[in-house]
Amino acid sequence: MQQTIVVAKNESRPTTDVALSARSVSAWYGSKLAIRDITLDFRRHSITALMGPSGCGKTTFLRCLNRLHESALGAKTSGEVLLDGMDIYDPDVNPVVTRRRIGMVFQRPNPFPTMSILENVTSGPRYTSMATQPRELMEMAETALRRAALFDEVKDKLHAPALSLSGGQQQRLCIARALAVKPEVLLMDEPTSALDPLSTLKIEELMEALAAEFTVVIVTHNLQQAARVSHYAAFMLGDEHRVGSVVEYDATQQIFTHPKDKRTEDYITGRFG
Amino acid sequence: MIAGARLAGSRRASGVAGVVLTGFCSALAAGLLIMLLGYVTVQGFGALNPAFITHLPHPVGIPDGGIANGIVGTIIIVGIAVLIAVPVGVLTGLYLAIYGRGIAAELVRFMAEVLSGVPSIAIGLFAYTVFVKPFAHFSAFSASFAFAVLMLPLMIRTSEEAIRGVPTAIREGALALGLPDYGGVLHVVLPAARPLIVTGVLLAIARVTGETAPLLFTAFGSQFWELNPANPMAVLALQIFTYAISPYDEWHRQAWGGALLLILAVLVLNIGARMALSGRTKKS
Repeated sequence: MQQTIVVAKNESRPTTDVALSARSVSAWYGSKLAIRDITLDFRRHSITALMGPSGCGKTTFLRCLNRLHESALGAKTSGEVLLDGMDIYDPDVNPVVTRRRIGMVFQRPNPFPTMSILENVTSGPRYTSMATQPRELMEMAETALRRAALFDEVKDKLHAPALSLSGGQQQRLCIARALAVKPEVLLMDEPTSALDPLSTLKIEELMEALAAEFTVVIVTHNLQQAARVSHYAAFMLGDEHRVGSVVEYDATQQIFTHPKDKRTEDYITGRFG
Repeated sequence: MIAGARLAGSRRASGVAGVVLTGFCSALAAGLLIMLLGYVTVQGFGALNPAFITHLPHPVGIPDGGIANGIVGTIIIVGIAVLIAVPVGVLTGLYLAIYGRGIAAELVRFMAEVLSGVPSIAIGLFAYTVFVKPFAHFSAFSASFAFAVLMLPLMIRTSEEAIRGVPTAIREGALALGLPDYGGVLHVVLPAARPLIVTGVLLAIARVTGETAPLLFTAFGSQFWELNPANPMAVLALQIFTYAISPYDEWHRQAWGGALLLILAVLVLNIGARMALSGRTKKS
């Protein structure tokens, strides 16, 4: 009954340089503890997958990494998240500015509905006053769209409504939008769970390319996807009170072939979850 | 078998009766509106002519009197009311949809609900107490204030619903780009909610345009061209009231003409509201 999982051909890269580092991060929704004491490093220019069954706190943890979690009413966080050694939860740090350095792509494509394709891509630079000149914005948009492997498909209709694109194109538009503010880290929350297999493939290929320039963290409960795209993987699990924590973290190759924890092994061999 | 057949028969009969009854009531409801529109059109159409909508009122017996000052007055008074009610209503709706939680938000919501049930004449009295009595002077502005109070609960409710209808993921998308919270609300959330808010504004205007009771002791009415909101001003609905209770046939005709104009205006506003909505769906 064992599931066969193909591990990515790309071996774990030798880089051990840590770009982003969570230190004892816990998060609450009101008085309900959602994740407890997570400590995890994310290596520069690599893809780290956060995997685990539904409700184990993967997304909550991801949202702590760019201080988005706290934007919900009653939500709070403790612990530190170090971006190049600087704690983004330091009281002197502005969460708004931090989010420009740590971009995010959501589970469902969320293009801004009243804007055109071009307006969506340039919304970040424009409304954060990174750039104001139309020419400069256009260059930024082209770069971002090319990086998101969308430029050729939309170059003739940049002024068309963003919602006229297909779901997969919308998601790549959202990736381009996130890249346009030139982040260092890209967080992806199950970016392909709402997409068809072909669009999924495109985005997975894209992630490979993105890892050369960005530090990518992806939440997925698709094990095959984690195995295919990631260099490192963390397995998360909720306890009996649905409080999530990290069970095991290792190079992806290692975690899929020689898991150290029995629970990880059970999960990746399909015994639960 | 026979009992079953009888049961099926009675079921069918009650089904038919249900359809007939609901159909009859629907026809009655629609028919009343058509009758009303037809009657007002028949009575008022004769009064409609260029002079009627471009001339000032004339004394009884002098032909070619109009209600031009009432049309302009209505636009001024409603316009000022919109300028007051829309910002306050939209910002309150924004608070309720995004930031407000717990007892404070519930209280605001409850107040708005109560306010929407307060009779317009009571709101007129309130406006009289606040803006007429202290100045010992009727004014168009006091009428605008009364209208704004009438529009406010509608604006709050439609704005809250419109903003709530914008998915959280859209607002979070803006936050994740490093936009400050107000930036996301201003550039992303409010534009997405705009068609529904515009619809709400148009319906709120339609709601107050025909209101007469609060005008009796606020705008008061005028026979002259009056463009200064600090002075008493002619209003279409008020002119209809004055003409309708007068003893003159000529004024009665003008009252019907005015009523027809008001109904047409409300009809246009309602159609506009529908178009604002369909414009929203066309884009996606």
